[in-house]
Amino acid sequence: MRKRALGVAALATLALAATGCGGAEPATPTASSGASAPATAAASGGTLVIWADPSRVQPLQPFAEAFGKENGVTVEVKEISKDNQMTFLTASQQGSGPDIMIGAHDWIGNLVQNGAIDPVTLTEEQKAAFSAKALQAVTFNGQVYGAPYAVENIALIRNTKLAPDAPASIEDLIAKGKKLKADGKVKEVLCLPVGQKGDAFHVYPIFASAGGALFGATSSGDPDPKTVLLGADDSVKAFEKLKDLGEKGDGALRTSITNENYIVNFAAGKCAYLVSGPWAIADVKKAGVAYDISPVPAFEGGKPATPFVGVQTFFVASKGKSKALAQEFVANYVTNVDVAMALYKADPRPPALSAALQQVQAEDPDAVKFMDAGKDGMPMPAIPEMAAIWEPFGIAENAAVKGGDAAAAAAAAQKAVDGALKNN
Amino acid sequence: MALDVRETGRAAGTPPARPRREITTAFVVSRIAVLAVTAAILLYAVPPLVATGSWVALGVLCAAAAGIAFLYLTRRFVPAKYLVPGTVFLVAFQVFPVVYTATTAFTNFGDGHRGSKAEAVTAIETGSVRQAPGSPEYALTPALRGEELVFLLVDPKTKQVSLGTPDGLTPLTGAELGITGKVVAAPGLTVLKAPEAAARAAEVSALAVPTSGGLIKANGLSRAVEGRAALAYDAACDCVRGEGGPWTADEEQGYFVNAKGDHLAQGWQVNVGFANFARALTDPTISGYFLGVLGWNLVFALVSALGTFGIGMAVALALHHPRMRGTRFYRIALILPYAMPAFAMLLVWRDMFNRDFGLVNQLLGVHVDWLGEPGTARLAVILVNLWLGFPYMFLVTTGALQAIPRELTEAAAIDGATPWRAFRRVTLPLLLVALTPLLISSFAFNFNNFNAIALTTEGGPFPAASPQVGATDLLITYTFRLAFGAGGAQFGFAAAISVFIFAIVALVSAVAFRRTRKQEEVYA
Repeated sequence: MRKRALGVAALATLALAATGCGGAEPATPTASSGASAPATAAASGGTLVIWADPSRVQPLQPFAEAFGKENGVTVEVKEISKDNQMTFLTASQQGSGPDIMIGAHDWIGNLVQNGAIDPVTLTEEQKAAFSAKALQAVTFNGQVYGAPYAVENIALIRNTKLAPDAPASIEDLIAKGKKLKADGKVKEVLCLPVGQKGDAFHVYPIFASAGGALFGATSSGDPDPKTVLLGADDSVKAFEKLKDLGEKGDGALRTSITNENYIVNFAAGKCAYLVSGPWAIADVKKAGVAYDISPVPAFEGGKPATPFVGVQTFFVASKGKSKALAQEFVANYVTNVDVAMALYKADPRPPALSAALQQVQAEDPDAVKFMDAGKDGMPMPAIPEMAAIWEPFGIAENAAVKGGDAAAAAAAAQKAVDGALKNN
Repeated sequence: MALDVRETGRAAGTPPARPRREITTAFVVSRIAVLAVTAAILLYAVPPLVATGSWVALGVLCAAAAGIAFLYLTRRFVPAKYLVPGTVFLVAFQVFPVVYTATTAFTNFGDGHRGSKAEAVTAIETGSVRQAPGSPEYALTPALRGEELVFLLVDPKTKQVSLGTPDGLTPLTGAELGITGKVVAAPGLTVLKAPEAAARAAEVSALAVPTSGGLIKANGLSRAVEGRAALAYDAACDCVRGEGGPWTADEEQGYFVNAKGDHLAQGWQVNVGFANFARALTDPTISGYFLGVLGWNLVFALVSALGTFGIGMAVALALHHPRMRGTRFYRIALILPYAMPAFAMLLVWRDMFNRDFGLVNQLLGVHVDWLGEPGTARLAVILVNLWLGFPYMFLVTTGALQAIPRELTEAAAIDGATPWRAFRRVTLPLLLVALTPLLISSFAFNFNNFNAIALTTEGGPFPAASPQVGATDLLITYTFRLAFGAGGAQFGFAAAISVFIFAIVALVSAVAFRRTRKQEEVYA
């Protein structure tokens, strides 16, 4: 009797467990049933689901509604605020993902290898409407994988009260910064985040100007993950230059300046120069600091200081349920200047559409200055192998900034990246 | 201990009769609750299961619901009534994740290998479709010929209207063009308006019009382009033909590989046997640092568990003293670190340890790069962890102390024991009987205390010569970086490592519990 009871118990629990996991899989029909009620009333056209980060949900809403009305469908804009790429991939795989995803262009490599997004066909006319840099960024393996809408890169922001003129070179910047520090007007020469793990994104323009490089190039000009250049002679020289700027040298780069405090320090007047992007401007304005924006300067006689360029993009999900609608929205609707302007107003990052940028220019000179600073920039490599670069690069940068052996650090970074990419 | 009813009956010499249980309110309420939850789960799960056609799962679900209903509606199977809820939760939250993790460890599930082979093939083929060079961008109007969906295509340059069907492209005459350059009416065809076309979006996506060089497919609802797939799967050779190929399916790696050894980006999930475990054991970047990381990990967990216990107990003893005044105020003050969210506190502590801007250096008037040197970074994370952890130990020790009669220590004092001796010989052993299991669980928790490291030092500082492993890395932060850092997400590998960590923690805990049992035998 007891044994049978136990058997029943075991069976029942197994069953529950099985349904527990079975129930999670097709969560969409249940989840969207509430929202799709108006859709069935409007038409049998179905639903178009867009996933966006919190700042973009509001501005997209009116356009989503207009698109929905025009096509007789319901458009849902859902807010995703954490681990967007991972959430999108997992949900897509389970079949509960969106039809359109908004994200950064450097996700493309990983999204493509996971079969999560489809190429988007833009007409020549549409392509011409985008800035060349934005279009280059969303092109992967010769295919355009989304509609770009905003471009962002870092620049040099300076406190015009302390430093009226844009520095001509890094040497010039350091000299002026050091003088301000000696005069007691600022505490730090330069606010550029380094932290205990380095920050490849912010230091990259200086590294590139010193001749450093991450990857070689394939015949088509894309970054080649098989040739890692972190340990190459030119990159070692670049790390040496970072060492010269670091704690044992000019003291411009410091590990105590981190991603959490660099903008705060600038806004508080603790440094006259800040290397950051459009996201810093809100804080700087709030603090009432008089500022101007110029490109990150290069070393005297060095290569151009090219920042990474990131492009915010609308992607068409491969496993979406309304693909024709998604393509229609991304290819023919997002490429619209009004949409770009609305998104810009919600979150002021320079629009990728040249026409929208011109409109913005009149009311917001900052956007154009940022755009200018990034005109020679390098689109952030979208290949999945880029994930292997960040940490070893950062640690080598940190070691150089602390005054360690730059050559050894570069060699170790090269080895770590090659090991991770199985290049040997 | 009270005698069981049945035993009383036997003792009285009457035959063992099963006593009829009284039906209490609690019994009725709990029965209704269990059945309601079962019914709710059933109702919630049925529509999606029907929608996806998972009939087996649906059958199992119904059987389970029926089983549970039967169990709680009958008067029999009393033990099962108590066992089932616990077992359900055990299976759902313990057994299932463990089994799932263990099975994942044998696959290459991760970025590039998330889906099935069929999904990979679809992604490869769709991803390789390129617009045929020089082909027009057709203005598209979906239309109906009878019940069949067809395309009305207008070449924007020549204004030539064509009819696209699954059979091919044929020129069409007599169509009327609107100002947008799209067909508004055509003889014998029903032109679909935007909402009508949107309602048939799936059909629109599916229709492919063959041409000499490729296929014309809709791009959205208002345009169509002629595309050519550069890659196509051939089931006969189980390979993908096309540029750079042929790419043969390699079922061991879950990739299509060509003769040069390159592979297509899109792969699929395959069983890799013990490869993930082998990698964890043989990869020099893992095995080379394993012992060092494990050693620090043990130190961190031990010092955290014992340190928080030591501090918590000392404070609890101080407040337990009968002559102590204002204990309530002190207790509230001491609980504060525990009441604040650890997540935020860890970040605050990290910033307080900043060399140039941190509070710690400013207060002490020193210039130490706390999180930048291995020794100080280790000290710092332990200090932070002690600060976060001791209130909990203080709480539980306070509780355990209340349960120790004061007479015992008083008796010890009368017998001439010093306070220290009384504590050492009487209070501490009695405390440990109650608290050792908590110490073990505290050890196990701190052994895998991901947040304490990831939110403060992120494992750093990292020696420049070996950027893979930092001075404060625990096994869990270290392997998290290996599994989710450089190579994208590698769930299979991460699962294999979790199995190893599980084994280590289980071993340590088992040994510790064994010792506790002996101790209990001594003091009980």
